[in-house]
Amino acid sequence: MDLLTTALPALGEAFSLILQPQQLTFLVLGVLLGLSVGVFPGLGGIAGLSLVLPFVYGMEPVSGLALMVGLVAVIPTSDTFASVLMGIPGSSASQATVLDGFPLAKKGEAARALSAAFASSLFGGLLGAFFLTFFILIARPIVLAFGLPEMLMITILGLSMVAILAGRLPLKGVAAACMGLLVGTIGEADAGGSLRMSTYSIPYLTDGLQLVIVGMGIFAIPEIISLLRQDRAISRDATLGAGWLKGVSDWWNNIWLSIRCSLIGVIVGVIPGLGGSVVDWIAYGHTVQTTSDKSGFGSGEIRGVIGPESSNNAKEGGGLVPTLIFGIPGSGSMAIFLGGLALLGYDAGPQLITNDLDITYTVVWSLALANVVGAGLCILLSPGIARLTTIRFTMLAPFLFMMITFAAFQSRQSLGDLVALFAIGLLGIFLRRFDWSRPAFLIGFVLSTQAENFSFQAYQIAMSKFRRGADVGLEYIFSPIVIVLLIITVISIIVGIRQAKSIMSEGDVPVGAKRAPLIFLLCVTVYFVISYFDAAAITMQTDRIFPMTIAFVATVSCLLLLIRMFLAPKEDVIFADREAAGEDAEAPQGLWRTLAWFAVLLILSSLLGFILALAIFFVAFLRIRAGRTWARTLLLTAGGIALICFMAGSLNRDFPPGLLQAFVELPWPLGGI
Amino acid sequence: MSITKITRWATLGLAASAAVAFSIQAVAADGIDLKGKTVEWVIPFSESGGSAKWSHFYAPLLSEALPGKPTVVVKFMPGAGSTKGANWFQKRKYKNGTTIFGSSGSTQFPYLLGDPRVKYEYKDWNVVMASGTGGVAYLPPDLAKKFDGDADDLKDINFIYGSQGATRLDLVPLLAWEMLGLKVEPVFGIKGRGDGRLMFERGEANIDYQTSSSYLKGVAPLVKEGKAVPMMSWGSLDADGNIVRDPTFPDMPTFKEVCDATAGCETKGEQWEAWKAFFIAGFPAQKMVFLPQGAPAEAIATYTKAFQAVHARSDFAEISAVRLGKYPQMTGDMATGALNSATNVPAEAKAFVLNWLKERYGVTLK
Repeated sequence: MDLLTTALPALGEAFSLILQPQQLTFLVLGVLLGLSVGVFPGLGGIAGLSLVLPFVYGMEPVSGLALMVGLVAVIPTSDTFASVLMGIPGSSASQATVLDGFPLAKKGEAARALSAAFASSLFGGLLGAFFLTFFILIARPIVLAFGLPEMLMITILGLSMVAILAGRLPLKGVAAACMGLLVGTIGEADAGGSLRMSTYSIPYLTDGLQLVIVGMGIFAIPEIISLLRQDRAISRDATLGAGWLKGVSDWWNNIWLSIRCSLIGVIVGVIPGLGGSVVDWIAYGHTVQTTSDKSGFGSGEIRGVIGPESSNNAKEGGGLVPTLIFGIPGSGSMAIFLGGLALLGYDAGPQLITNDLDITYTVVWSLALANVVGAGLCILLSPGIARLTTIRFTMLAPFLFMMITFAAFQSRQSLGDLVALFAIGLLGIFLRRFDWSRPAFLIGFVLSTQAENFSFQAYQIAMSKFRRGADVGLEYIFSPIVIVLLIITVISIIVGIRQAKSIMSEGDVPVGAKRAPLIFLLCVTVYFVISYFDAAAITMQTDRIFPMTIAFVATVSCLLLLIRMFLAPKEDVIFADREAAGEDAEAPQGLWRTLAWFAVLLILSSLLGFILALAIFFVAFLRIRAGRTWARTLLLTAGGIALICFMAGSLNRDFPPGLLQAFVELPWPLGGI
Repeated sequence: MSITKITRWATLGLAASAAVAFSIQAVAADGIDLKGKTVEWVIPFSESGGSAKWSHFYAPLLSEALPGKPTVVVKFMPGAGSTKGANWFQKRKYKNGTTIFGSSGSTQFPYLLGDPRVKYEYKDWNVVMASGTGGVAYLPPDLAKKFDGDADDLKDINFIYGSQGATRLDLVPLLAWEMLGLKVEPVFGIKGRGDGRLMFERGEANIDYQTSSSYLKGVAPLVKEGKAVPMMSWGSLDADGNIVRDPTFPDMPTFKEVCDATAGCETKGEQWEAWKAFFIAGFPAQKMVFLPQGAPAEAIATYTKAFQAVHARSDFAEISAVRLGKYPQMTGDMATGALNSATNVPAEAKAFVLNWLKERYGVTLK
């Protein structure tokens, strides 16, 4: 009851602060800004917040808060558009949504998927805020109970979702996850700074690859290329089936799933240091485990959208706990948000809860309110926007190429971004073609750094505790939380392996000749072997163990797969190859010719800079590939370039410069950075 | 909504954009009135570090103080331990005064240690402002009982410290503790000092340090609750270059005092000189603002004057005390002097540290 007597007056105060016309106007303004930024993959909240920060200084605090919170709150909502409609995971918050959301769009049920996603987001956001209102008062000791062993266990729990998403051959799933883990170790090691699979002469690699690029390369590019080859609309028969009302009722029918996933979101979000990357997969794994008919996952199961979407907005709420109580931002946008808070005269930390509880609640409930406004708007917009899926894909493709290239470039502002995007995209195409689990790869990649750092750090601290006494050490490693997480992980792996066969996260893949899958497997094995020796050559033990272990496990899996390939007949699932039969094989356009278009855009960008390259690319593509009239072509080109210039201009972003810009100084938007 | 945004939007009609934009650039070239411009303040770190806080503190104040009140936007360009952003800035030539760069101790250290990624040269840049800071080491209450101004009773303790890496600013505390004879095992690979503090709060680490502003925000409340006890500050430099008590923490002994009191710790000789050199490089002139190479005198004067105006604000002492601590905010010759002391360390100090990093942590900078 103590809780209530502290919370209620401050809560009332907070509501009277928020529910003023001026505050609400700023909140809606923030929401609108956030929505327009968020629909572009890869930009996210950082760009949006940096844009408003100069104006926040000197604003009335509650209005400033409303503006910033409105903006941050809707980013994980609005990036759902890209992931459902185009298969582009816009941020870590929408990785898992792609798995079922995009297949639904391909079935012509984009509006249904979107509205179900937004309804879940809205609910998750509200439930998260409600939970937080009380939790934030008692959160500190609970958050502090999550030390490194606990965080490591959560990371492992996230990794255990690979079991469910491994595909038809568990070994292949393991190899795919190991590949993700290894790609995640590329660059300078966090612990000792040793270089892994990179060199100082290619500075780009020393920082490792960014999630935006890997996510787009693994998921979006293969799908875009595949659709482009088939030369049709995203929605298979260019129609929109089930409407948005259906989506909302889907959510209502799965309300308990939505509640459970929201709670998962809040709880994982509360733990600092994990970020949002695990939440999605844990929620997705939970959804799969609790669904009795699992056959639909990966090919358009609406529950696969509702689960992760309920969790990711709730996670934003949960993420406020470490941000506000400890002053440790869970994400880049939260970090800028803290900067904005300081501009308004508030400092995050325990004193914010004790002295300014009303302000804390203003943040929490502005977040909830922004969720309602944002998701509500999105639901209303979704039938209209879903029509994009009925347009012939060749018309959309240049815009998509433009967007993903621009988004990729925002991650490092280097030409290396474009090279990396293409390389990872190529890898994604092969993973998809030969039915290697792409979700498993992504889970591995996303959790790689955490898995390595947490295990090493926890080990080091445990050793020091053991030196103080065996009981101290054991108590540290086997805390009650660790044991509970361990049990959940074991159950989830056992259940996962049993069920994995019935879940085809990539749909049914035909089998064909032996040669192509064998060559790909050999290439992958070679990569693993090279990684192993590269890691073994590192002198610092701390930086060596993790990649060496993973590369070893991966090589063994590959060798076992190779043995199976030699023994099995060519009808075996191990020889899955989309080019052997089915949609891809029968596509009117070849893989390489289609991919070449994308390559042309990237090469032209590196020569002439992005905008000039875009102009040439748009005209050539629309004339030659899409066969549009000159008038149409020029109109669309101008439209596309105006759109991207408007985006970049208002967000103060740069375009990739090319060789030309190194010699000639050109004005914005033609020039470089 | 600034004029720049509008002019930028005006260029959107693509057909005309080249011509329009050219004319805008031409107008922009003369003088250093920044009316209607957007100043980009490039920070070579991510959004969550101390440099972000520092630049977010200064940006709006600078915007008000610059002639023409331009919008000042902080732009983050993290990568390769800040060397990426610094290398980028090195290639910049002065254009119209709308690009400034904020460096930090973590940019200075790789430069001093001869990191192979460093392709920048501080001498080419034009410093317009330098901010000092300090640092405080602190202990959990049970261990603090054994600390009575000297570290003699702490030598048997196994200390754990969450560190970002031995070649970063963490070099200063790690070397200091080693000089005191403490057995500190760094757990490398944490993402920021905030995470180090969290490890301390969770009882996983039992020694930590924070820069002043983070100490004021994050640790001072813990001290009040009795969950942490300050051990010592790194101190601050007086006009003659001597280490004296930190004005922000006048009640705390400096490392120098503790070292003097502790058996086996020397405040002279090679090791001490090396520590002092890197302390000076990392703290009293930790963060600096630069104009790119080729900046004309009037641009440097404009920015210097603007920062002086910021520092002369009647409320500056009050607002900066909480967010930056009470440290010298230097401009003009003072800033140049700070730059010199921060970017020149004696060859012996450098050699000592490089060798120590290699022997103690196996770190080599190839």
